[in-house]
Amino acid sequence: MAKEKKVVSRKNMTKRQWTWHLMKQNKVGYLMVAPYMILFFLFTFLPVLLSLIIGFTDFNMLQWPHFVGMRNYVTMFLDDELFMTALKYTLFFALITGPASYLLSFVVAWFINDLNPRIRAFVTVIFYAPAIGGDVYLIWRTLFSGDSYGWVNAWLLKMGVVQSPILFFTNPKWILPLCVIVALWTSLGTSFLAFIAGLQGIDRSQYEAAAIDGVKNRWQEAWYVTLPNMKPQLMFGAVMAITGSFTFGGIVTNLAGNPPTDYVGYTLQHHISEYGSVRWEVGYSSALTFIMFLIMFGTNLLITRIISKVGQS
Amino acid sequence: MKKLRTRRHAVVLNRSRGGDVGITIVLALMGAIMVLPLIYMVMQSLKPLDEFFVFPPRFYVVHPTLNNFRDLFFLMSTSWVPLSRYLFNTVFTSVAGTFGQLILASLAAYVLAKMELPGRKVMFQMIQKSLMFSATVAGTITFVIMRYLGWVDTYLAVIVPAFQSSLGLYLMKQFMETNVSQEMLESARLDGAKEFRIFWSIAMPMVKPAWLTLIIYAFKDMWTAGGSSAIYSEQLKSLNTGISQIAAGGIARQGISAASTLLMAIVPIIVFVVSQSNVIETMGSSGMKD
Repeated sequence: MAKEKKVVSRKNMTKRQWTWHLMKQNKVGYLMVAPYMILFFLFTFLPVLLSLIIGFTDFNMLQWPHFVGMRNYVTMFLDDELFMTALKYTLFFALITGPASYLLSFVVAWFINDLNPRIRAFVTVIFYAPAIGGDVYLIWRTLFSGDSYGWVNAWLLKMGVVQSPILFFTNPKWILPLCVIVALWTSLGTSFLAFIAGLQGIDRSQYEAAAIDGVKNRWQEAWYVTLPNMKPQLMFGAVMAITGSFTFGGIVTNLAGNPPTDYVGYTLQHHISEYGSVRWEVGYSSALTFIMFLIMFGTNLLITRIISKVGQS
Repeated sequence: MKKLRTRRHAVVLNRSRGGDVGITIVLALMGAIMVLPLIYMVMQSLKPLDEFFVFPPRFYVVHPTLNNFRDLFFLMSTSWVPLSRYLFNTVFTSVAGTFGQLILASLAAYVLAKMELPGRKVMFQMIQKSLMFSATVAGTITFVIMRYLGWVDTYLAVIVPAFQSSLGLYLMKQFMETNVSQEMLESARLDGAKEFRIFWSIAMPMVKPAWLTLIIYAFKDMWTAGGSSAIYSEQLKSLNTGISQIAAGGIARQGISAASTLLMAIVPIIVFVVSQSNVIETMGSSGMKD
């Protein structure tokens, strides 16, 4: 037996009454979303908030923190040369390597789109494996090992290109290009999969219509049909690629050590953990973390803004 | 009607042959760069010790052997904390973390996607924006929070944070929005079904690809996780940390090192191979609007 319900409609209520009505009606919804949101607050939102707050103190885990105002930030920008180095390489990875990995993900996804589905599935695994395989990129350390047992060095020696082995991960000239290559190698990840799915979602009839309308080649096809049609995926992929590019510091550590020679490839990620878990200057480390959060957020907003312009003239 | 069926595609697209050839060549080159290091890894793991000392080093293995894998297990079983303990840690935290995330994120995703809840837009915006951060940089601050909670050096420090991955929730919510029909939910509500029941027996069965995707992502993250700053005790550390300690050091251990990396990598790769079509299907609705 259905219970007789009072007829409620939006018309005879003020906005506030209507909201209150919806809240009461969906009480159980809040209960369902609460466990997730509480943990989200605790482990995602709170760290950002705390980095801002602790960043204004001299907290060191032992003594009660004192408020020091902007001192950490002043030190950072005026007194900490390494910060500038770290900032430089962080921005390099975010603004050069990040977009490069994004472009690479798109180009590969686009190239394999017309393959036979079985072959496409196989090729997808090959391109995606470095991203999902954890530490599998460490093999590059063996390939480019600094002694004559390194595969690349051995061949360079044998062919007489060099007289003595190149110290690939010690020589500052080589660290950055190699780390970028390895970072790109591991970077066909979530955005790559999103692009494959986005491309698959475009109906052939759209391409046919474009061909009738006078699209002359595949580049025009990509610009006028493909890109505008998968814009939501392009946005999502950009966020994934850019956020990922901020963790490339881990690759530098594992290949070239921490700190790398002459601090080439030394990022804010390194600087934060240097102060946070080696020197225990948590206050300063928090200020650095907050700056890092700002940079991540800013870069993402910038890049997504640019992408939202695609297809608009 | 008949006319349409005579040819599969009525309109021929303007794509040049030359372009096809060019793309195939570029793709083959890139594929080679991607796959050769992986093959080299497999080769290294199969090489007997003497093949590491050949000059110039060979790419291919001549006399393949499984000795490296055997030695890895032998070394692991004689280490102070036995292999089985590391394995247990990783499997236990992976399974618990993945399961918790699946339940909590699905519940929240359902509410955010399908219930007219005041405040849901704000919550979702917060979660979507959090995809723009990588929490890994805040290791020290997370440690402070863990210490306050009293979770330092317990499994909780690893498992509970995994429950709230924003990527998992994001993908689940987007997928539910496009794949769970509002009409079915409404008719169930009219029949007087409780919201939780609707979630569990109507919505959840409709989003199986998203479950699988969430499971793969969560599992991969936990499986490949290295050390956490909140874990000191060797007995609580992950398989990845344990195995990389064994594999570290010298040319003599190169084969063992390759074998261990391979073993760690092969698990998530196989999981992906099996579930690829579901993951791609989920990604179909991953798009982001401002």
